Amino acid sequence: MSDGETAADVAGAGSESIRFPASQPLRLDCGARIAGLEIAYSTYGALNADKSNAVLVCHALTMDQHAAGTHPRTGKPGWWAGLIGPGKPLDTDRFYIICANVLGGCSGTTGPLSPDPATGEVYGLKFPVITIGDMVRAQAMLLDALGIEKLFAVIGGSMGGMQVLQWAADYPERLFSAVCVAAAAHHSAQNIAFHEVGRQAIMADPDWRAGDYARHGVRPEKGLAVARMAAHITYLSEAALQRKFGRGLQRDGLSWGFDADFQVESYLRHQGAVFVDRFDANSYLYITRALDYFDLAGQHGGSLAAAFAGARDLRLCVFSFSSDWLYPTPESRHIVRALNAAGARASFVEIETDKGHDAFLLDEPVLHEALTGFFSSAALARGLK
Amino acid sequence: MNGREDFREILRLVRPGARVLDVGCGEGELLEMLVRQKGVDGRGLEISSEGVSACLARGLAVVQGDADSDLDYFPARAFDYAILSQTLPQVRQPRHVLSELLRIAERAIVSLPNFGHWRVRLDLLLQGRMPLTHALPTPWWETPNIHLCTVRDFTQLCDVLGLRIEACAALANGKPARTIDPTRPSANWRAESALFLLSRAGSADAGPAPAAATAKADLFG
Repeated sequence: MSDGETAADVAGAGSESIRFPASQPLRLDCGARIAGLEIAYSTYGALNADKSNAVLVCHALTMDQHAAGTHPRTGKPGWWAGLIGPGKPLDTDRFYIICANVLGGCSGTTGPLSPDPATGEVYGLKFPVITIGDMVRAQAMLLDALGIEKLFAVIGGSMGGMQVLQWAADYPERLFSAVCVAAAAHHSAQNIAFHEVGRQAIMADPDWRAGDYARHGVRPEKGLAVARMAAHITYLSEAALQRKFGRGLQRDGLSWGFDADFQVESYLRHQGAVFVDRFDANSYLYITRALDYFDLAGQHGGSLAAAFAGARDLRLCVFSFSSDWLYPTPESRHIVRALNAAGARASFVEIETDKGHDAFLLDEPVLHEALTGFFSSAALARGLK
Repeated sequence: MNGREDFREILRLVRPGARVLDVGCGEGELLEMLVRQKGVDGRGLEISSEGVSACLARGLAVVQGDADSDLDYFPARAFDYAILSQTLPQVRQPRHVLSELLRIAERAIVSLPNFGHWRVRLDLLLQGRMPLTHALPTPWWETPNIHLCTVRDFTQLCDVLGLRIEACAALANGKPARTIDPTRPSANWRAESALFLLSRAGSADAGPAPAAATAKADLFG
């Protein structure tokens, strides 16, 4: 997905990692347990004395814990650098921001690239299948370890928004407010279909080696790049793609072959190529699976309102983008109606934009103003300075 | 209603600390006054994204949605008051919306322009054109109103739906509100705009009336 707009170093930024003892395993929805769980996380700002100003930022499928400041490996600004920093909606002068790499990820938190403590070898496909609920349970363990009982807010976009919904369902008592951006309460058939294309591309790459590529010293880069290319199309709107590239050519005239004649082809190839440098193919399989398995209503007897039964006192804000066809507005409206039915203090707005799903990563002034208003009033109600 | 006289009256009617839903809350002007001055637990429903964005920037809890279809998703008696300020003529199904208001709230406060006002009748009679008044300031081709009605029409709908009119006031531009009996023909001639406090007729558990409801003079000045 696209990068943030501004590079800015944030005071109090720190990158850390915590390893839980084997005696404190993470219990998974599939029944398995992960012993010796490691969670890599970044923090921005300072935790106040009564630990009431903590905000958990949940990241999307291919992001990581470096939400703000400068990314240590790429040197680029964090993916939500536009939102997090002094004087920004997630004001690091007021709030203590925590962003953790998700379970199953490949940026320091335990995932399929980590060594299996049982064998000492890389997990590969021996890594258990995980869910959004498992990711959230791991985050709750991190908060326990940090001594944070109740979050001032949890916020996330896309898959991050699904984690927010899961938080509201599983730990409403640990939240004061929550913000869900460009997400859905379940994966649709179309969502699953696109992910399946990506997974099949990875698994069709001979270098995937049945998931055991790490031991063979290779990487299924071609498959992963194709997966990324297919997914990237779903992050942009047709209008944005047309505006950016149209039928523009890379060179004068056609090649009468299969080179990247069109600018859009070249763009997608580039997106695929840079992605494989920073992401692991098996992580992609596991995390897309977790997304496909996500069905919050399904976890509560088919009733989404029942999922939010404990969220009556929660201030929850939902945003969608008008041109997002990955998680379109009706999905958000569905969430909001369930929240209203549950009696939660819900807000919702569909933001007009032609930038598609990726709009959640871009500087959308309406989103920024609304978030500033939402967090300011919530901070007032919470008694934060 | 340039001065929004109805806001002043609504602020007087609403019990402090009550749970309030403002349907068609626009940019949240009334809702913010209710939250600030009356300490209500306020929520809003608004159809335009510009309106909702402005409300969110003010720190209000507002859902982008449509009175016609979104009220159905609120649980019964979730609010003490549901407010519909000058919005009823703009919905597709006024009857359904009114009925829903009193399902989700103990009381509804509804204000609307009166198409039975003498100036409206006279305009139509003498000019043969759609009237332009303080309460109906926009020409027919750009008004959002699609279901205009008279005070008499409205009281009849309340009867049909089994709603009790607990109080009613006539509002006029720049003048103090005055209590009226909406069933009297003169009220229908004289009120430029009217504000109603409604509850379900015979609803025993409608809760205590707002402190001043028994003293109407107090309510409407």
